[in-house]
Amino acid sequence: MTEAIDPLKLAGAKPKGKRPYFLKDPDVERVLAVTMALAQEVAVMRERLDTVERILEEKGTLSQSDIEAYNPPKPIAEARGSWTQEYLARVLRIYQQEIEALDNVNEPSSEDIGHELGAE
Amino acid sequence: MSDKNMPRSYDGPPDYRNVGLHGMSPKTTHDEKSRFNFLAHLNRHLASEILPGVKTAYETRVEPKNPFPNHRNQVRKALLEDSLFQHWSALRRGTMELRQQAGRWVTLRQANELNSKAAEMTKDDPRLVLDANLDIPKYLSSIDHHCMPGSYHDELVPGDVTGAANYDVGIFVTTGGGLGRFSDGGGQAVVQWMQKNRPDFAPKRILDIGGGLGQNVVPIAQAYPDAEVVCVDTGAPVLRYGLARAKSLGVENITFVQANAEDLSRFPDGHFDWVQSTMFLHETSVKAMPKIMKESHRLLAPGGLVMHVEQPQYAADMPLYEQAIRDWDAFYNNEPFWTKMHELDLDQWMVDAGFSRDELVHGGVAAVVDASLFPEHANDDVEDYGRKAAWHIVGGQKSDAVKEAAQ
Repeated sequence: MTEAIDPLKLAGAKPKGKRPYFLKDPDVERVLAVTMALAQEVAVMRERLDTVERILEEKGTLSQSDIEAYNPPKPIAEARGSWTQEYLARVLRIYQQEIEALDNVNEPSSEDIGHELGAE
Repeated sequence: MSDKNMPRSYDGPPDYRNVGLHGMSPKTTHDEKSRFNFLAHLNRHLASEILPGVKTAYETRVEPKNPFPNHRNQVRKALLEDSLFQHWSALRRGTMELRQQAGRWVTLRQANELNSKAAEMTKDDPRLVLDANLDIPKYLSSIDHHCMPGSYHDELVPGDVTGAANYDVGIFVTTGGGLGRFSDGGGQAVVQWMQKNRPDFAPKRILDIGGGLGQNVVPIAQAYPDAEVVCVDTGAPVLRYGLARAKSLGVENITFVQANAEDLSRFPDGHFDWVQSTMFLHETSVKAMPKIMKESHRLLAPGGLVMHVEQPQYAADMPLYEQAIRDWDAFYNNEPFWTKMHELDLDQWMVDAGFSRDELVHGGVAAVVDASLFPEHANDDVEDYGRKAAWHIVGGQKSDAVKEAAQ
């Protein structure tokens, strides 16, 4: 009944409606999209590693089904959530800096200051 | 990642594993759950860490160059030239696409099981009333809403419910858990409003229009177990999935009917005591809305209530910057009618549909969730504009002429 469904091909299908691009160069937007998909997969791997560590610490042994069934108690879920927040803050740091710079648009650069300090 | 030495108290999305399971819930692997967790966090980060910067950028470098805008579209077009708005938008759009891919992968890889289960659970059930000849209205067929390939109605194979299942699993991601365990925080909020404001209301028949897979009408049906509830939608996949889902949750008093809310002539005048729509009108059109509102008024029994729940309208006192950001989903997340709908005078439309001014009802509600597990609107200061789990009610209560004459 569902032979026609190829999940790998259809999962990433384009929705109906022309896709908007926002960045000045669409190629940069494509690279950003690939980067964030990779960031997603790193987070997935990190959570899996955490699951493995928690199970091993508690039981000393490990099976695939232990990993699949793992359900973190609230303090552990919150620790994992905190890690994801830290992780995103690291990955997206450049935006934080740009936002902080908005408060001081006339900030002198090191070059500006160098000229000032070197002036007789 | 030691939980013993957490440097600060945690304020973020709950783990996806807290989402409530029902008989139609797709199975998810460890890594698929982790992917949903990451995407919920990414949405939250964009709203709480980057969007406030977009506002500062607007105030410090966009508005000074484009002073005194007189419409939100001018603000939006000026923002489109700003690099921070561009990057926030590219990330937000990309996150929605990742969310769709993650949810579709989960549901399509088990399409056979999901479709068979839905078929089994709805077989010969008179509470599923499909109409294979129904025309899907243009406002739904011309674009895939919120970038969801196939929208609510397309079937990859006969009897397909995978689109509905994808919608169901992904609500957690888009709202960062803001709609609660069963993504029904909107429906629960409506129930709470009704019980507080109309404690004696005992509807015999309730109609939910554009109810999709019924996640918001299930709590209504649970709160009024003696009522006959009808959920109407144009999409067969969501209705099939919805009936199976409701039954698996032990809710037996909802009938799922495939129909267009513009023409509900299958039901007689005054048939329902309560007509509800929850986040539905913005997915219609300016031509459809008067028909939907007239039908709702016609179907209402004396003393009955119509309730439309939507994001706040763009009133004159709402800053143009806020209107422009709220409009983002209209232009960049395939919700084309969102912008026009939010500028309409809904009161006037209700009056044009037959209500008098003094019959109109207004209110505000926020998602009601299990606060021990999910973030609560009241304690959440992250403003995600059009996606925040807080809404306005615009409704009408038909005067009960018979009862009034008897008094």
